[in-house]
Amino acid sequence: MYAPLRTTDDACWGGRKAVYPPDVKHWLDVMAERGWTAPTWPRQYGGGGLSKAEAQVLSQEMAKLGLRPPLVGFGLTMIGPLLLQEGSEELKRIHLPPIIRGEIRWCQGYSEPGAGSDLAGLQTRAVLDGDDFIINGQKIWTSYADKADWMFILVRTDPDARKQEGITFLLMDMDSPGVSVKPIRLISGSSPFCETFLDNVRVPRSQVVGRINGGWAMAKALLGHERTMIADIFKDRQPGNPLLRLARRHIADSESRIADPTIRDRITQVDMDQACLDLTLKRSQDTMKAGHKPGPETSIFKYYGTETNMRRRELMVSIAGPQALGWDGPGFEDDELTLTRDWLRSRGNSIEGGTSEIQLNIIAKRVLGLPD
Amino acid sequence: MDLVLTEEQELLQQTAREFVTKNSSLRRIRAVRDSHARLGYSRELYSEMAKLGWLGIVFAEEYGGMALGYTDLMVVLEELGRGLMPEPLLSAVLLGGMTIASAGSATQRAALLPPLINGELRVTLAHQEPRGRYNPLHVETRAERSGDGWRLHGTKTQVLDGAGADRLIIPARTGGDVADRAGITLFLVDTQAAGLSIERQWRIDSRNVALVRIEDVYAREADVLGTVGAGAPPLAAAVDRATIGLCAEMLGSMTAALEMTLEYLKTRKQFGVLIGTFQALKHRAAKMYIETELARSAVLAAHKALDEGRPDVPQLAALAKARCSDAFVLIGNEAVQMHGGIGMTDEHDVGFFIKRARAAEITFGDAPYHRNRFADLHGY
Repeated sequence: MYAPLRTTDDACWGGRKAVYPPDVKHWLDVMAERGWTAPTWPRQYGGGGLSKAEAQVLSQEMAKLGLRPPLVGFGLTMIGPLLLQEGSEELKRIHLPPIIRGEIRWCQGYSEPGAGSDLAGLQTRAVLDGDDFIINGQKIWTSYADKADWMFILVRTDPDARKQEGITFLLMDMDSPGVSVKPIRLISGSSPFCETFLDNVRVPRSQVVGRINGGWAMAKALLGHERTMIADIFKDRQPGNPLLRLARRHIADSESRIADPTIRDRITQVDMDQACLDLTLKRSQDTMKAGHKPGPETSIFKYYGTETNMRRRELMVSIAGPQALGWDGPGFEDDELTLTRDWLRSRGNSIEGGTSEIQLNIIAKRVLGLPD
Repeated sequence: MDLVLTEEQELLQQTAREFVTKNSSLRRIRAVRDSHARLGYSRELYSEMAKLGWLGIVFAEEYGGMALGYTDLMVVLEELGRGLMPEPLLSAVLLGGMTIASAGSATQRAALLPPLINGELRVTLAHQEPRGRYNPLHVETRAERSGDGWRLHGTKTQVLDGAGADRLIIPARTGGDVADRAGITLFLVDTQAAGLSIERQWRIDSRNVALVRIEDVYAREADVLGTVGAGAPPLAAAVDRATIGLCAEMLGSMTAALEMTLEYLKTRKQFGVLIGTFQALKHRAAKMYIETELARSAVLAAHKALDEGRPDVPQLAALAKARCSDAFVLIGNEAVQMHGGIGMTDEHDVGFFIKRARAAEITFGDAPYHRNRFADLHGY
């Protein structure tokens, strides 16, 4: 019961469309009742009202008992923290309680076919019509749009202003007329991503976060919450050392020293890189816990976390050798097929959520102060 | 283990930074190099550091120390590294003093530590052997019984701050084979002893290192540090501590090299624009910065592990040294490349960093050595 997570799809994401095994639903309900799905959020919205230190104790105790998180998702990690920071009282009262109870699942409407790395170039239009915005356009790379109930979306409300200054941050019900969703298949064979088409979708003006044409500041504030989360997501969830287990199975076939010195060195390199990243994450958390602002080191998590994960996946293919080439059918074990798909999927890590090159640009500009 | 500095440590860091800025510049480092002086550092500045209490940071108060921790020492070493300062703080404290403090008898501690902490007595460890490469337990130097004492024979090379030292701690073999753990004994030898010759060596980084020839040098029983035949644990611990301290110094040096390079990218123009606007250079500069941040975390964690007396000190020493070696060499190389032609000239200071990077990389073991060690310690 409540076994630790093995994959992200295995988690409880909540939402109107979710179908749960009974133990998962029960675990969600008992935790949500205490507000412990969102331990640090204020009690008045149904959160746990715990301090950061108390929440850390809770998370450590849960980890010790091998308990799974009762609920995960973009509501808890992205839009919720943004609303707490920037949202009106009304928006907080409407949206936070259903997130905490796992009733509403959120997705993020940012990228568009013509606005990838250049996100501020987005073209989805929203025009005021009385008390409603009418939205037309297309979003792409919307994770889990097919399973989500609401979307936080960036739209263009002033096409004549400088591109960052004509954007508004809206909250949109995915059941609104005019919303249609089409899943995208990736090189790994499946994917959480969708295209989202918006055809005269009406969204009440009351669902603006921040101010009209002030959406870019909201997007940037949210990015801060996203960045720390990403480094954590890409951490390998398997207990022990999966690289070592794989090497012993495919190369040494014993508990002794890994026979291939090149593979041994590559494993060590990846593990040491990960150890340095973990220590840097910890240093950042400890800095915040000590009451300091997070230092500029946080900007490296997305870049280095994804690059390290990708190198680990590459290495796993190298270790498994011919057994890493299977797509399906006989002669390949399930975990070998998963390894291959995970490698292919990992190639997207340095693209999604801001490419590695964009991250390096951000570091060069904001941290190192290099000129434009 | 919280990976943050205390307020006191931040203050100490500030004091150290001001001291380095006021008393040492790269112009001084250049002058010391060009003088070809045997000592290769300033005794006056070293005494100043002793007066500030820096030599006593990690030692108990009964010897005149400050009874603080390794993390406090780290912030000082990092600042010395920023200025590429050659004064022998690291060797005196981590190779000399702490070996005496951990392996020595009460008599040895009481006699040697107070003058070491006030800067009068300089002690270092002579462990590097010509064929030893990176293994501190590779000891060919022999010690044979002679009456009520010992006679030592062997050669040690690139002994850190060996020229001008008053005492050497010499690991010698009293039993076992060349690379055996058992059979190593540590001897405290006066540098004036008959049969001992200390010759200054000249390296790319112009730091004080010495070739030590030991030809029938007599040591009394009272000069044995610790137990006969059981010198390997304190020797390995000393090298681990010094490795971690060197990482702090390297962290400061690589940060200074990065800052110097960033300054150049922000002032040098080509094609009518600042070269810092070029994305090819921006991305490389960002990667250099990332390396310094990852290195900083590993170095801080290793010092905290020393402070807490944790059993994973060797693992963290390997983690930090592998990272700092790769990072400092990368930053040294990139710093010269980004400076272009001027970076290749001796006239420009950036050359000091690329040279120091290689010397520090190789001292106490390079990255492949420490990765292999990390893998061994983890049973890969």
